[in-house]
Amino acid sequence: MEDPIHQFEIVKYFTLGHIAGREIAFTNSALFMAIAIAGITLLLIGGTRQRSLVPGRLQSIAEMSYEFVADMVRSTTGTEGMRFFPFVFSIFMFVLFLNVIGLVPYTFSVTSHIIITATLALMVFFTVIGYGVWKNGAKFLKVFVPSGIPIYILPLVSAIEIMSFLSRPLSHCVRLFANILAGHITLKVFAGFVTMLGAWGLLGWLGAVLPLGMTVALTALELLVAVLQAYVFAILTCIYLHDALHPGH
Amino acid sequence: MDPVAAKMIGAGIACIGMGGAGVGVGTIFGHYLAAAVRNPSAAQGQFANLIFGFAVTEALGIFSLLIALLLLFAL
Repeated sequence: MEDPIHQFEIVKYFTLGHIAGREIAFTNSALFMAIAIAGITLLLIGGTRQRSLVPGRLQSIAEMSYEFVADMVRSTTGTEGMRFFPFVFSIFMFVLFLNVIGLVPYTFSVTSHIIITATLALMVFFTVIGYGVWKNGAKFLKVFVPSGIPIYILPLVSAIEIMSFLSRPLSHCVRLFANILAGHITLKVFAGFVTMLGAWGLLGWLGAVLPLGMTVALTALELLVAVLQAYVFAILTCIYLHDALHPGH
Repeated sequence: MDPVAAKMIGAGIACIGMGGAGVGVGTIFGHYLAAAVRNPSAAQGQFANLIFGFAVTEALGIFSLLIALLLLFAL
Protein backbone atom coordinates (compact mmCIF):
# COMPACT_ATOMS: atom_id res chain seq x y z
CA MET A 1 0.00 0.00 0.00
CA GLU A 2 1.17 3.51 -0.70
CA ASP A 3 2.23 5.63 2.23
CA PRO A 4 -0.76 7.81 3.20
CA ILE A 5 1.58 10.61 4.33
CA HIS A 6 3.19 10.82 0.89
CA GLN A 7 0.49 13.20 -0.41
CA PHE A 8 1.67 15.96 1.93
CA GLU A 9 5.19 16.03 0.51
CA ILE A 10 6.37 19.48 -0.55
CA VAL A 11 7.94 19.43 -4.00
CA LYS A 12 10.25 22.20 -5.11
CA TYR A 13 9.61 23.49 -8.65
CA PHE A 14 12.28 26.17 -8.97
CA THR A 15 14.43 28.35 -6.76
CA LEU A 16 13.58 32.04 -6.49
CA GLY A 17 16.65 33.12 -4.51
CA HIS A 18 18.44 32.95 -1.21
CA ILE A 19 17.83 35.02 1.92
CA ALA A 20 20.32 34.69 4.81
CA GLY A 21 21.54 31.34 3.54
CA ARG A 22 18.01 29.91 3.28
CA GLU A 23 16.60 28.87 -0.02
CA ILE A 24 13.37 30.54 -1.14
CA ALA A 25 11.75 28.16 -3.59
CA PHE A 26 8.51 28.04 -5.54
CA THR A 27 6.88 24.82 -4.29
CA ASN A 28 3.63 22.98 -4.94
CA SER A 29 2.35 24.66 -1.77
CA ALA A 30 3.03 28.10 -3.27
CA LEU A 31 1.47 27.00 -6.56
CA PHE A 32 -1.81 25.98 -4.93
CA MET A 33 -1.90 29.15 -2.84
CA ALA A 34 -1.50 31.12 -6.10
CA ILE A 35 -4.31 29.04 -7.69
CA ALA A 36 -6.58 29.80 -4.72
CA ILE A 37 -5.83 33.53 -4.95
CA ALA A 38 -6.46 33.46 -8.71
CA GLY A 39 -9.75 31.60 -8.15
CA ILE A 40 -10.95 34.11 -5.54
CA THR A 41 -9.94 37.05 -7.73
CA LEU A 42 -11.70 35.61 -10.77
CA LEU A 43 -14.85 34.87 -8.75
CA LEU A 44 -15.08 38.33 -7.23
CA ILE A 45 -14.00 40.41 -10.23
CA GLY A 46 -15.97 38.28 -12.67
CA GLY A 47 -18.96 38.31 -10.33
CA THR A 48 -19.05 42.07 -9.90
CA ARG A 49 -18.31 43.00 -13.53
CA GLN A 50 -21.93 42.97 -14.74
CA ARG A 51 -23.52 44.42 -11.60
CA SER A 52 -27.00 43.59 -12.89
CA LEU A 53 -30.06 44.08 -10.70
CA VAL A 54 -31.05 40.43 -11.10
CA PRO A 55 -27.76 38.64 -10.41
CA GLY A 56 -26.50 35.81 -12.59
CA ARG A 57 -24.90 32.69 -11.19
CA LEU A 58 -21.40 34.06 -10.66
CA GLN A 59 -22.71 37.33 -9.25
CA SER A 60 -24.98 35.41 -6.83
CA ILE A 61 -22.03 33.42 -5.49
CA ALA A 62 -19.95 36.57 -5.03
CA GLU A 63 -22.83 38.42 -3.35
CA MET A 64 -23.76 35.46 -1.14
CA SER A 65 -20.20 34.97 0.10
CA TYR A 66 -19.96 38.71 0.80
CA GLU A 67 -23.25 38.81 2.70
CA PHE A 68 -22.50 35.59 4.57
CA VAL A 69 -19.23 36.92 5.97
CA ALA A 70 -20.67 40.41 6.55
CA ASP A 71 -23.53 38.93 8.60
CA MET A 72 -21.08 36.82 10.57
CA VAL A 73 -18.81 39.79 11.38
CA ARG A 74 -21.76 42.07 12.25
CA SER A 75 -23.48 39.54 14.52
CA THR A 76 -20.34 38.58 16.48
CA THR A 77 -18.38 41.85 16.69
CA GLY A 78 -21.08 44.49 16.14
CA THR A 79 -21.05 47.28 13.55
CA GLU A 80 -17.77 48.55 15.02
CA GLY A 81 -16.13 45.31 13.97
CA MET A 82 -17.02 45.89 10.32
CA ARG A 83 -13.67 47.63 9.86
CA PHE A 84 -12.18 44.15 10.14
CA PHE A 85 -14.50 42.80 7.46
CA PRO A 86 -11.83 42.80 4.68
CA PHE A 87 -9.46 40.91 6.98
CA VAL A 88 -12.00 38.27 7.96
CA PHE A 89 -13.31 37.96 4.40
CA SER A 90 -9.79 37.41 3.03
CA ILE A 91 -9.04 34.76 5.65
CA PHE A 92 -12.37 33.00 5.11
CA MET A 93 -12.12 32.90 1.30
CA PHE A 94 -8.44 31.90 1.37
CA VAL A 95 -8.97 29.01 3.80
CA LEU A 96 -12.20 27.93 2.05
CA PHE A 97 -10.59 27.83 -1.40
CA LEU A 98 -7.47 26.03 -0.13
CA ASN A 99 -9.60 23.43 1.69
CA VAL A 100 -11.93 22.78 -1.23
CA ILE A 101 -9.20 22.75 -3.89
CA GLY A 102 -7.27 20.28 -1.72
CA LEU A 103 -10.15 17.79 -2.02
CA VAL A 104 -9.73 17.41 -5.78
CA PRO A 105 -7.67 14.28 -6.48
CA TYR A 106 -3.98 14.82 -7.36
CA THR A 107 -3.96 18.30 -5.85
CA PHE A 108 -2.10 19.44 -2.78
CA SER A 109 -3.93 20.66 0.33
CA VAL A 110 -1.99 23.63 1.62
CA THR A 111 -3.89 23.86 4.93
CA SER A 112 -2.64 20.39 5.92
CA HIS A 113 0.69 22.03 6.78
CA ILE A 114 0.82 23.56 10.25
CA ILE A 115 3.18 26.32 9.14
CA ILE A 116 0.44 27.83 6.94
CA THR A 117 -2.31 27.64 9.56
CA ALA A 118 0.08 28.82 12.31
CA THR A 119 0.97 31.86 10.22
CA LEU A 120 -2.72 32.72 9.77
CA ALA A 121 -3.49 32.13 13.46
CA LEU A 122 -0.54 34.21 14.66
CA MET A 123 -1.57 36.99 12.27
CA VAL A 124 -5.00 37.03 13.96
CA PHE A 125 -3.43 36.79 17.44
CA PHE A 126 -1.09 39.75 16.92
CA THR A 127 -3.85 41.77 15.22
CA VAL A 128 -6.00 41.26 18.32
CA ILE A 129 -3.19 42.27 20.70
CA GLY A 130 -2.00 45.16 18.53
CA TYR A 131 -5.43 46.64 17.86
CA GLY A 132 -6.61 45.98 21.43
CA VAL A 133 -3.65 47.80 22.96
CA TRP A 134 -3.79 50.62 20.38
CA LYS A 135 -7.51 51.22 20.90
CA ASN A 136 -7.93 50.52 24.63
CA GLY A 137 -4.45 51.07 26.06
CA ALA A 138 -4.04 49.53 29.52
CA LYS A 139 -7.79 48.80 29.58
CA PHE A 140 -7.06 45.91 27.22
CA LEU A 141 -5.91 43.99 30.31
CA LYS A 142 -9.59 43.80 31.30
CA VAL A 143 -9.70 40.86 28.89
CA PHE A 144 -8.16 38.86 31.72
CA VAL A 145 -10.56 40.19 34.38
CA PRO A 146 -14.15 39.12 33.66
CA SER A 147 -16.72 41.39 35.26
CA GLY A 148 -19.02 40.16 38.03
CA ILE A 149 -16.55 37.72 39.56
CA PRO A 150 -16.17 37.73 43.40
CA ILE A 151 -12.80 39.13 44.44
CA TYR A 152 -11.63 36.02 46.27
CA ILE A 153 -11.67 33.77 43.20
CA LEU A 154 -10.54 36.50 40.80
CA PRO A 155 -6.81 35.50 40.86
CA LEU A 156 -7.74 31.95 39.89
CA VAL A 157 -10.10 33.09 37.12
CA SER A 158 -7.52 35.57 35.80
CA ALA A 159 -4.87 32.86 35.68
CA ILE A 160 -7.24 30.65 33.69
CA GLU A 161 -8.14 33.56 31.38
CA ILE A 162 -4.46 34.27 30.69
CA MET A 163 -3.82 30.59 29.96
CA SER A 164 -6.79 30.37 27.62
CA PHE A 165 -5.80 33.62 25.85
CA LEU A 166 -2.29 32.32 25.24
CA SER A 167 -3.46 28.90 24.05
CA ARG A 168 -5.81 30.49 21.49
CA PRO A 169 -3.38 30.68 18.54
CA LEU A 170 -2.33 27.09 19.25
CA SER A 171 -5.85 25.65 19.17
CA HIS A 172 -6.81 28.04 16.34
CA CYS A 173 -4.12 26.70 13.99
CA VAL A 174 -4.02 23.06 15.09
CA ARG A 175 -7.81 22.70 14.66
CA LEU A 176 -7.70 23.50 10.95
CA PHE A 177 -4.45 21.63 10.33
CA ALA A 178 -5.48 18.48 12.22
CA ASN A 179 -8.92 18.28 10.62
CA ILE A 180 -7.58 18.56 7.08
CA LEU A 181 -4.61 16.27 7.74
CA ALA A 182 -6.68 13.55 9.45
CA GLY A 183 -9.37 13.72 6.75
CA HIS A 184 -6.91 13.31 3.90
CA ILE A 185 -5.10 10.44 5.65
CA THR A 186 -8.43 8.65 6.23
CA LEU A 187 -9.39 9.10 2.57
CA LYS A 188 -6.04 7.73 1.46
CA VAL A 189 -6.23 4.71 3.78
CA PHE A 190 -9.69 3.76 2.47
CA ALA A 191 -8.54 4.32 -1.12
CA GLY A 192 -5.61 2.00 -0.30
CA PHE A 193 -8.08 -0.74 0.73
CA VAL A 194 -9.64 -0.56 -2.76
CA THR A 195 -6.36 -1.26 -4.53
CA MET A 196 -5.36 -3.93 -2.00
CA LEU A 197 -8.63 -5.82 -2.45
CA GLY A 198 -8.56 -5.25 -6.22
CA ALA A 199 -5.27 -7.16 -6.41
CA TRP A 200 -7.05 -10.36 -5.27
CA GLY A 201 -8.95 -10.93 -8.49
CA LEU A 202 -12.70 -11.14 -9.10
CA LEU A 203 -13.72 -11.81 -5.48
CA GLY A 204 -11.57 -8.89 -4.39
CA TRP A 205 -13.27 -6.62 -6.93
CA LEU A 206 -16.64 -7.43 -5.38
CA GLY A 207 -15.25 -6.70 -1.93
CA ALA A 208 -13.60 -3.49 -3.13
CA VAL A 209 -17.02 -1.95 -3.77
CA LEU A 210 -17.43 -1.43 -0.02
CA PRO A 211 -14.31 0.70 0.60
CA LEU A 212 -14.94 2.50 -2.72
CA GLY A 213 -18.40 3.52 -1.50
CA MET A 214 -16.85 4.49 1.80
CA THR A 215 -14.33 6.71 -0.03
CA VAL A 216 -17.17 8.47 -1.87
CA ALA A 217 -19.06 9.00 1.40
CA LEU A 218 -15.90 10.23 3.12
CA THR A 219 -15.25 12.69 0.30
CA ALA A 220 -18.72 14.15 0.88
CA LEU A 221 -17.97 14.35 4.61
CA GLU A 222 -14.63 16.01 3.91
CA LEU A 223 -16.36 18.62 1.73
CA LEU A 224 -18.55 19.43 4.74
CA VAL A 225 -15.49 19.54 7.00
CA ALA A 226 -13.61 21.77 4.54
CA VAL A 227 -16.41 24.36 4.49
CA LEU A 228 -17.14 24.03 8.22
CA GLN A 229 -13.51 24.48 9.22
CA ALA A 230 -13.18 27.59 7.06
CA TYR A 231 -16.31 28.92 8.80
CA VAL A 232 -14.98 27.97 12.24
CA PHE A 233 -11.64 29.62 11.50
CA ALA A 234 -13.37 32.82 10.40
CA ILE A 235 -15.88 32.95 13.27
CA LEU A 236 -13.15 32.37 15.86
CA THR A 237 -11.25 35.24 14.25
CA CYS A 238 -14.38 37.39 14.75
CA ILE A 239 -14.78 36.29 18.37
CA TYR A 240 -11.13 37.07 19.14
CA LEU A 241 -11.47 40.45 17.43
CA HIS A 242 -14.54 41.11 19.60
CA ASP A 243 -12.23 40.89 22.63
CA ALA A 244 -9.94 43.49 21.11
CA LEU A 245 -12.88 45.86 20.49
CA HIS A 246 -14.68 45.31 23.81
CA PRO A 247 -12.24 44.01 26.46
CA GLY A 248 -14.22 43.72 29.74
CA HIS A 249 -16.57 41.00 28.36
CA MET B 1 11.47 -0.66 27.46
CA ASP B 2 12.56 0.43 24.02
CA PRO B 3 12.21 4.25 23.96
CA VAL B 4 10.60 4.23 20.50
CA ALA B 5 8.01 1.70 21.65
CA ALA B 6 7.38 3.78 24.78
CA LYS B 7 6.83 6.86 22.60
CA MET B 8 4.35 5.01 20.40
CA ILE B 9 2.44 3.69 23.43
CA GLY B 10 2.43 7.17 24.96
CA ALA B 11 1.06 8.68 21.76
CA GLY B 12 -1.67 6.06 21.70
CA ILE B 13 -2.59 6.74 25.33
CA ALA B 14 -2.63 10.49 24.67
CA CYS B 15 -5.25 9.98 21.99
CA ILE B 16 -7.68 8.56 24.59
CA GLY B 17 -8.25 12.18 25.62
CA MET B 18 -9.92 12.80 22.28
CA GLY B 19 -12.72 10.50 23.39
CA GLY B 20 -13.66 13.10 25.99
CA ALA B 21 -13.84 15.77 23.31
CA GLY B 22 -16.02 13.38 21.29
CA VAL B 23 -18.45 13.11 24.20
CA GLY B 24 -18.46 16.90 24.56
CA VAL B 25 -19.06 17.60 20.86
CA GLY B 26 -21.82 14.98 20.81
CA THR B 27 -23.47 16.60 23.82
CA ILE B 28 -23.33 20.04 22.19
CA PHE B 29 -24.86 18.97 18.88
CA GLY B 30 -27.36 16.67 20.60
CA HIS B 31 -28.65 19.43 22.84
CA TYR B 32 -28.72 21.89 19.96
CA LEU B 33 -30.79 19.47 17.92
CA ALA B 34 -33.14 18.78 20.83
CA ALA B 35 -33.61 22.51 21.37
CA ALA B 36 -34.02 23.16 17.64
CA VAL B 37 -36.78 20.56 17.38
CA ARG B 38 -38.63 22.19 20.28
CA ASN B 39 -38.28 25.72 18.94
CA PRO B 40 -37.19 25.73 15.28
CA SER B 41 -37.63 29.48 14.88
CA ALA B 42 -34.94 30.24 17.48
CA ALA B 43 -32.48 27.67 16.11
CA GLN B 44 -30.99 29.83 13.34
CA GLY B 45 -29.99 32.57 15.79
CA GLN B 46 -27.98 30.18 17.95
CA PHE B 47 -25.94 28.68 15.12
CA ALA B 48 -22.90 30.90 15.80
CA ASN B 49 -23.03 29.94 19.49
CA LEU B 50 -23.23 26.29 18.47
CA ILE B 51 -20.12 26.56 16.32
CA PHE B 52 -18.29 28.49 19.03
CA GLY B 53 -19.10 25.85 21.64
CA PHE B 54 -18.09 23.13 19.22
CA ALA B 55 -14.77 24.85 18.48
CA VAL B 56 -13.92 25.44 22.13
CA THR B 57 -14.78 21.84 23.06
CA GLU B 58 -12.85 20.49 20.12
CA ALA B 59 -9.80 22.50 21.21
CA LEU B 60 -9.43 20.23 24.27
CA GLY B 61 -9.37 17.15 22.08
CA ILE B 62 -6.88 18.90 19.83
CA PHE B 63 -4.53 19.40 22.77
CA SER B 64 -4.37 15.65 23.37
CA LEU B 65 -3.80 15.08 19.65
CA LEU B 66 -1.02 17.66 19.89
CA ILE B 67 0.62 15.69 22.72
CA ALA B 68 0.46 12.58 20.54
CA LEU B 69 1.98 14.42 17.54
CA LEU B 70 4.71 15.92 19.74
CA LEU B 71 5.55 12.48 21.14
CA LEU B 72 5.68 10.95 17.67
CA PHE B 73 7.52 13.61 15.71
CA ALA B 74 9.03 16.31 17.93
CA LEU B 75 10.50 14.66 21.03
